[in-house]
Amino acid sequence: MLHIYCPHCGEYREEEEFHCAGQAHIARPLEPEACSDQEWGEYLFFRKNPRGLHHELWVHAAGCRKFFNMTRDTQSYEIKEVYKIGEQPSVVAE
Amino acid sequence: MSDLNNMTAAESAATKAAVMNQVPGPEIEGQSPLHHADLASLAKQGPKTSGVHLRELKLLGHLTLRCNPANADQLAAVERVLGVALPLQPLTSSENGNYSIRWMSPDEWLILVPGLETFDIETKFRDEMPGHYSLVNSSGGSTVLELSGENVVELLKKATPIDLHAKSFPVGKVVSTLLAKSTATIRRTGDQRFELVIRRSFSDYIWLWIQDASLEFGLVVEA
Amino acid sequence: MTQQNRLTSGGRIDRSTPLTFTYNGKQYKGFKGDTLASAMLANGIDVVARSFKYSRPRGIVACGAEEPNAVLQLGATEATQVPNVRATQQELFDGLVSASTNGWPSVDTDVMGMIGKMGGNMMPPGFYYKTFMFPESLWDTYESMIRKAAGIGRAPKEKDPDTYDAINQHCDVMIVGAGPAGLAAALTAARGGARVIIADEQNEFGGSLLNSTEQLDGKPATEWVRAVVEELSTYDDVLLLPRSTVNGYHDHNFLTIHERRTDHLADIAPVNTVRQRMHRVRAKWVVLATGAHERPLVYANNDVPGCMITGAVSAYINRYGVVPGNELVVMTTNDYGYQAALDWADAGRKVVAIVDTREAAVGDRTEAARQRGLNIISGSAVIEVQGTKRVTGVSVAGLSASGAKVIGSVTKLKADTVATSGGWSPVIHLSCHTGSRPVWSDSVVGFLPGPTVQKQLTAGGINGQYETAVALQEGLDAGQKALAEVGLAVADVVLPEAKTLKVAAPMSLFHIPHLKPTSQAPKQFVDYQTDVTAAGIEIACREGFEAIEHVKRYTAMGFGTDQGKLGNINGMAVAAKALNKTIPETGTTVFRPNYTPIAFGAIIGRNAGALFEPERYTAMHKWHVEQGAMFEDVGQWKRPWYYPQKGESMQQSLNRECMAVRNAVGILDASTLGKIDVQGKDAREFLGRVYSNAWAKLAIGKCRYGLMCGEDGMVFDDGVTACLGENHFVMTTTTGGAAHVYEWLEIYHQTEWPELEVYFNTVTDHWSTATITGPNSRKLLEELTDFDVSNDNFRYMDWKQITVAGVPARVFRISFTGELSFEINVQANYGMAVWEKLIEAGAKYGLTPYGTETMHVLRAEKGFIIAGQDTDGSVHPYDLGMGWCVSNQKPFSYIGKRGMNRSDCTRANRKQLVGLKTKDPKQVIPEGSAAVLDPNGPKPLEIQGHISSSYWSETLGHSIAMGFIKGGLDKMGETVYYPLGDGTVIEAEICSPIFFDPKGERQNV
Repeated sequence: MLHIYCPHCGEYREEEEFHCAGQAHIARPLEPEACSDQEWGEYLFFRKNPRGLHHELWVHAAGCRKFFNMTRDTQSYEIKEVYKIGEQPSVVAE
Repeated sequence: MSDLNNMTAAESAATKAAVMNQVPGPEIEGQSPLHHADLASLAKQGPKTSGVHLRELKLLGHLTLRCNPANADQLAAVERVLGVALPLQPLTSSENGNYSIRWMSPDEWLILVPGLETFDIETKFRDEMPGHYSLVNSSGGSTVLELSGENVVELLKKATPIDLHAKSFPVGKVVSTLLAKSTATIRRTGDQRFELVIRRSFSDYIWLWIQDASLEFGLVVEA
Repeated sequence: MTQQNRLTSGGRIDRSTPLTFTYNGKQYKGFKGDTLASAMLANGIDVVARSFKYSRPRGIVACGAEEPNAVLQLGATEATQVPNVRATQQELFDGLVSASTNGWPSVDTDVMGMIGKMGGNMMPPGFYYKTFMFPESLWDTYESMIRKAAGIGRAPKEKDPDTYDAINQHCDVMIVGAGPAGLAAALTAARGGARVIIADEQNEFGGSLLNSTEQLDGKPATEWVRAVVEELSTYDDVLLLPRSTVNGYHDHNFLTIHERRTDHLADIAPVNTVRQRMHRVRAKWVVLATGAHERPLVYANNDVPGCMITGAVSAYINRYGVVPGNELVVMTTNDYGYQAALDWADAGRKVVAIVDTREAAVGDRTEAARQRGLNIISGSAVIEVQGTKRVTGVSVAGLSASGAKVIGSVTKLKADTVATSGGWSPVIHLSCHTGSRPVWSDSVVGFLPGPTVQKQLTAGGINGQYETAVALQEGLDAGQKALAEVGLAVADVVLPEAKTLKVAAPMSLFHIPHLKPTSQAPKQFVDYQTDVTAAGIEIACREGFEAIEHVKRYTAMGFGTDQGKLGNINGMAVAAKALNKTIPETGTTVFRPNYTPIAFGAIIGRNAGALFEPERYTAMHKWHVEQGAMFEDVGQWKRPWYYPQKGESMQQSLNRECMAVRNAVGILDASTLGKIDVQGKDAREFLGRVYSNAWAKLAIGKCRYGLMCGEDGMVFDDGVTACLGENHFVMTTTTGGAAHVYEWLEIYHQTEWPELEVYFNTVTDHWSTATITGPNSRKLLEELTDFDVSNDNFRYMDWKQITVAGVPARVFRISFTGELSFEINVQANYGMAVWEKLIEAGAKYGLTPYGTETMHVLRAEKGFIIAGQDTDGSVHPYDLGMGWCVSNQKPFSYIGKRGMNRSDCTRANRKQLVGLKTKDPKQVIPEGSAAVLDPNGPKPLEIQGHISSSYWSETLGHSIAMGFIKGGLDKMGETVYYPLGDGTVIEAEICSPIFFDPKGERQNV
């Protein structure tokens, strides 16, 4: 079970207080109508599944209910960092 | 009943948000979420000493305020209304007499006030608060349980993954977290005393849970 | 019975407190401080089990968690039956009832033993896999036989009377194991001011020190243990957990500990106590001081009762005052094995020989044995054991220098006990749980914990350090390191003096050769519990299984309840030899939680019975219960389903409730609908983005129905939203969808459109909702309010803030039944007051409470969808015939717009929601039935769609159904068929889903 630092509450909490909301940094296209079916399909359905570093969106569901990003190693389950929405990760996959 | 309570929707909308005195006259008794458990009778019949004490702080006014902690005008307005500042540090609380404020989220606070003052305070907020904010009366949706006693920490440790050690959970700290298979906002009010804000619909489950989990310590219900 | 193997003095048992226990129906005596195993050995019980596959008699081998054979069934009553209890870990209590679990009719006279001899040939390795390749019918035959013979315990048939629970713990340092290393670490961390938890699976702390006569500071080591425990218990921030097995080590230093609080007291836990508790620990640092397990050697007939490991022999003598036999032969590859012979001799019984596989090893222990005049046979091995239910003798022969071959002649010795030591395997299980791969050490002759990302330290036996002085020092070092890591100062600890003994190098030997090749030699067991032999592993390798994980699965090695704690390394060594590889090249299997078997109760904890799942109640729940309502689970909510009156069938109740709504007035508790308060100047804009329809012009005081879609254009929720003020709305959601919708709004606000000024708050529990619906609903409402609720003053789709029954209320004139309806919302603390007034005043208007099932029928008569029943994530608003609820004029491309315009969403022949009217009006099509055009056509029939909602309509006098049909909206009047499982076919006509009052006049009166 992961031990997750909530950047809004400012302390570590147990994983059971959180939900993972999938891959981070999936921006909604600003002009959906300008997207082809294929582009929209990419936005909707296609996600990374890396072995190693992954940027994920999490929400502190049972706590402050705020979303934040997490960079996590999918192999070792190490959490490299958490950062707020709108911020960019400082640890990225090579 | 006040005029405000009887104003039409259009009139109330003049305030941009609908505000309503939701409390009827004294002839109609409110039923707190644990009304059916008849805690008052249990308090009379039950044991007087044990490791865990429980009391429902019922029918309080619960107001959820959401605003911008960086907006000094809003912070000043809160202080004018409640006589106490919003706790801006995460996981802290503040209080002034019968008013207490719990930090819930970077832009959210739960304000507890005496039940009959709720509408007054709501109205004052509507008069005083500038800018973008929301104020929601949630008094019917939750209740407060006060748990105390020498085994209260042990009891709560069975329900919540939060570290309750005094070093990491001093008096005044507030967390919203899991409580068994439900949730609660827990505030420490003494070495061995906590207040739990719980949701109405889960209150029977939590009441059952507390009774079951406190069997090894004994449970005193206080009126 | 006399305890013939009990010494008159010594050990940690209390001879003044005798205890009576039962094994296989016979009564025996033991003492307080005994384990069930030590008491059985004291009483000379040799056979404790019959083996899994071959039904061979088996005796006690070990003295702890690694015991493979003495796995018993406990329980004095049916309700207190516990399977898979290791007798070596079960403390004795007065009245304990135990039984062996396999062997039929008993372990001593075993019919299966005979069959087992055949079974041995019938069941080679891979038996299960090979059998599955036969026709399935044959498996049943084998299975019943195998099950009968092999059952390793059984679950109770009655409800467990005990209470279990879980508790969350946090600490700076979690120490696993309270042997010398663990205690030194705990003492150091505690003195340094850390928050410490130290857990050990045994009933008392001390670990290996409890089993030996070792001295610390010139006094018995147990004196030091007592002093340390005493000091530890004075610290507020130190939690001592004896009888607690750390069963799992998970990510980020999360550990689960299984504490047995009353298992040592009685068959059933004392009143108001918790029998077992799961500690869920989050530790900043973890110190693994789990010690090591001794490895038995693999030799012919090494499973005959009386064959043990040397450490267990010492432990039974020193800790329990039990000598498990009379004439001992020790076979060892290392110095530590000598200790058993020394202890045995000290106990006054005969040491026949110490057979050392090494030539001329000289260490302090070997010399002590020599000085005692014990018979040491070097460079030799016990190649075979004689006896069936007890060892009667051994065959000893010389070994080649590598240990690969038998050389020289065979000598037979008389003995009843053979204690072997093939060295020690560090207990690395927990370090493996987190994904760390162990690393082989040639010097330790065992696997050590591998590199890890956890904040983990190790000390003592787990590092292959078996000398007490070294273990103590490593424990202290780990304690100091942990203190430094959590930011605390160095602690002042002086270790006791331990005598360091000189140790000669061990020999790396696992499998003792026989005169005959392995395949022809008597069985040489590797894994006792699953009856895996060295020959079996060789066959597996020969059959092409090269990866150790495959060998394991093929042979079932390590698949028992002991997870191969004794046998795995030996098995790997045998496989390595067969594959001509080294052990590290062969690899290791990875241990997974749990370390030892654990009661389901301890996993479930308090989440059983009434606390299994929260039940959410509305403010009127008590009333529903008193009225005898049947309840339906909707998410965690308990909603009244229908209110049966005496003698009514469910259908009769529904008919009565439906007719009351259509002809008089009904009342529904609608409090469970999700309600979200939306405030802010951009609230309206936000609604426009998350709903498919338009919100720009919704006036204050008005309500509107909306559909919520995903980005794929598919409907996932719906509900009515009311405009309360210019910047203020209250949204309703489906009961089950509330939490999801709230998170949906928040995720878009927080991650996509933070610039919009809007706040959301859940107010579901705050409002109680009583829906009154039916032609008499206005009359009823009029009675309870001064407000003018006439159609002129209170229009359909309006909401009003009025007083109802003396309580301030928001009343929404919206309808889910098609009838004149009012949804009365009051603060939930007053919900019951208003409800009771409505019930009281409603009697004269025929007010009838109705539940969710009637609600479903009534809305289906009107063709209203239920999100989640008539939608399944694959239908967009147009599929539902609800294009009227989509606005393409909105400037912002709302969620779902682009999705529902994908080519696949706009193609012809999509499944569309229609009404279905059966040809026979009495027939109700089962929900889920598939539609076809021609039930007699060539198979497979092409499925045209399915039924999503189907009911009997008492109002209409015929059945009604809603369902999906390909291109259905263009097929009105056409016929489809629903073939059922019983061979019958229901014929139905495609029609509008609005069966009742198609113009919607009734709700507008």
